[in-house]
Amino acid sequence: MIELRNIRKSYRTEYTNLEVLKGIDLTIEQGEMVSIIGSSGSGKSTLLNILGILDEYDVGEYRLDGHLIKNISETQAAKYRNSFLGFVFQSFNLLSFKNAAENVALPLYYQKMDRKKRIDLAIDYLDRVGLKDWAYHLPNQMSGGQQQRVAIARALVSQPKVILADEPTGALDSKTSHEVMEIFEQVNREGITVIIVTHENDIAERTKRIIHLKDGLIE
Amino acid sequence: MLDFDKWQEIFESLKKHKMRTLLTAFAVWWGIFMLVILLGAGNGLQNSFEKNFGDDAINSIWMYPDRTSEPYKGLPAGRWIRFNNSDFDVLKNRVEGVEYITGRYYLGGELVVEYEGKTLSYDVRSVHPDHLFIENTLMKNGRYINETDISERRKVCTIGKLVKESFFKENDNPVGQRLNIKGTEFTIVGVFEDKGGENEMRKIYIPITTAQRIFDTQDRIHQLIITVGDATLAESKKIEDNIRQEFSARHNFSPTDKQALYISNNIEEYQQFQSIFTGIKFFIWFVGIGSIIAGVVGVSNIMIIIVKDRTKEIGIRKAMGATPWSIVSMILQEAIFLTGVAGYLGLLSGFGVIYALQTFMEKNEIETEYFYNPEVDFASVLSALIFLVVCGTLAGLIPAIQAVRVNPVTAMRQ
Repeated sequence: MIELRNIRKSYRTEYTNLEVLKGIDLTIEQGEMVSIIGSSGSGKSTLLNILGILDEYDVGEYRLDGHLIKNISETQAAKYRNSFLGFVFQSFNLLSFKNAAENVALPLYYQKMDRKKRIDLAIDYLDRVGLKDWAYHLPNQMSGGQQQRVAIARALVSQPKVILADEPTGALDSKTSHEVMEIFEQVNREGITVIIVTHENDIAERTKRIIHLKDGLIE
Repeated sequence: MLDFDKWQEIFESLKKHKMRTLLTAFAVWWGIFMLVILLGAGNGLQNSFEKNFGDDAINSIWMYPDRTSEPYKGLPAGRWIRFNNSDFDVLKNRVEGVEYITGRYYLGGELVVEYEGKTLSYDVRSVHPDHLFIENTLMKNGRYINETDISERRKVCTIGKLVKESFFKENDNPVGQRLNIKGTEFTIVGVFEDKGGENEMRKIYIPITTAQRIFDTQDRIHQLIITVGDATLAESKKIEDNIRQEFSARHNFSPTDKQALYISNNIEEYQQFQSIFTGIKFFIWFVGIGSIIAGVVGVSNIMIIIVKDRTKEIGIRKAMGATPWSIVSMILQEAIFLTGVAGYLGLLSGFGVIYALQTFMEKNEIETEYFYNPEVDFASVLSALIFLVVCGTLAGLIPAIQAVRVNPVTAMRQ
């Protein structure tokens, strides 16, 4: 599903050249549940951005489901993101002026799905994360855990092949974290590849494979 | 543009950000509203000036004799100077550049006018035939006072449209009917209209020689008026000088004595008014362009803030698979829609206020010297509105493109 060959990425400023990824080789098969763990500055967020086609890399090759992701246009990137990838962020990143169902339906809007149909589908997915009754609530009327579950429903609604989660439990207490992790495990059981970036060991231990990242290299 | 779903998304976004929507809408509304009001006020001012001039020929020179203010050739100051029929002849035959000439003999306020038992009072002016050209009088039917009326001192009169309407039915022809003016029967020979407004159409004209015979024993003329054709201001000043020289010799007053003979030159006045018009026009344009620029700056600022405010939203939408163009076009459509609707409402309410003012003034017959028919050119306001919308949109476009270029992860961290 995911193939990285000798990925290098550095951030240039006027005076310095900060190398963040120094040659990453990584293969993740379909249906795997993987965590990427590392301290801050290890390059794990950069790696996730590259995987999510949210950032470009300098050297190497990245293949997503067989497609080479290199020097592609913004529009093409948007298309891949929409059809292959689902994102979950540490700070949930729900649109505050839309209710839960509308937030979940957002990726479907960009697939040009009919409004009625996408809201219905969004409610289905909210049901799957146990929030059917909260479909018409705004994000600020929900707890952090609930918001993150809405975000997961949103990541799932477009039936992606890969879920990319950036510190998904970073803003949650440990009980809620475990609930969220249970949802990820359930999603993974359905055959969706789940990649979780974290710095918490107990979260990483719940995945089937742990990739340790240190100073821009896999240990 | 007819993407219903997209419009729904836009309406929702506008509805959920009421403050933002209201502020932008108000800025645009206010700019256009003020522009319309301003143009209306300016045009009202200008129209009233032009209307005040519509009455009299703009190339006319008016002469009023008065008392001397300087002693001259052994004669004391304070003597009354008076015109008579020979002054009229001298002016007509000896002063070069005179196109039309008329005298006026005033009959002293309004006179009692009677027709078939109905008695009203009207202002009666006694004049020469050329008076027709000096007051911009338009004959509706019949004729004006003519030379034969003058030489034979006929008892004839020409009446204004409103005089006719008060004595006669709509389809009656008053020509040939006899009107009793202060005890003397006059035959109506014509009905006229006047560009100078309703007051001018409540007048009755009779031959000056007839008036002199009936109401005075002498051949006195109160006032002389001439037109000077297409003479320039300088030429008209020369004619004015010649007139002053001529009359000073005839009536023995100092040529420098402006009080003995007061001369009012409409060409000179008209040119002064012309420069006031230019001033008003410049002022309207200056303030108008100013308010449009202020509107553009206001809308641009709000657009920039809106886009900054939406950076996170843009990042989220990008992560959800929004293409850059779909985001830019959403922001632009929202901006065009909002500024367009608000501007159009401003335009409507501006025109509404102007129209209401017009109707109010007409209904209550308010006539002031400074305000008349405050019309506004629809096309120029519409182009100002389009300009405002385009500028507001362009102002939103640049930050929108920048925001779309930002990495979604960076955008979302804000």
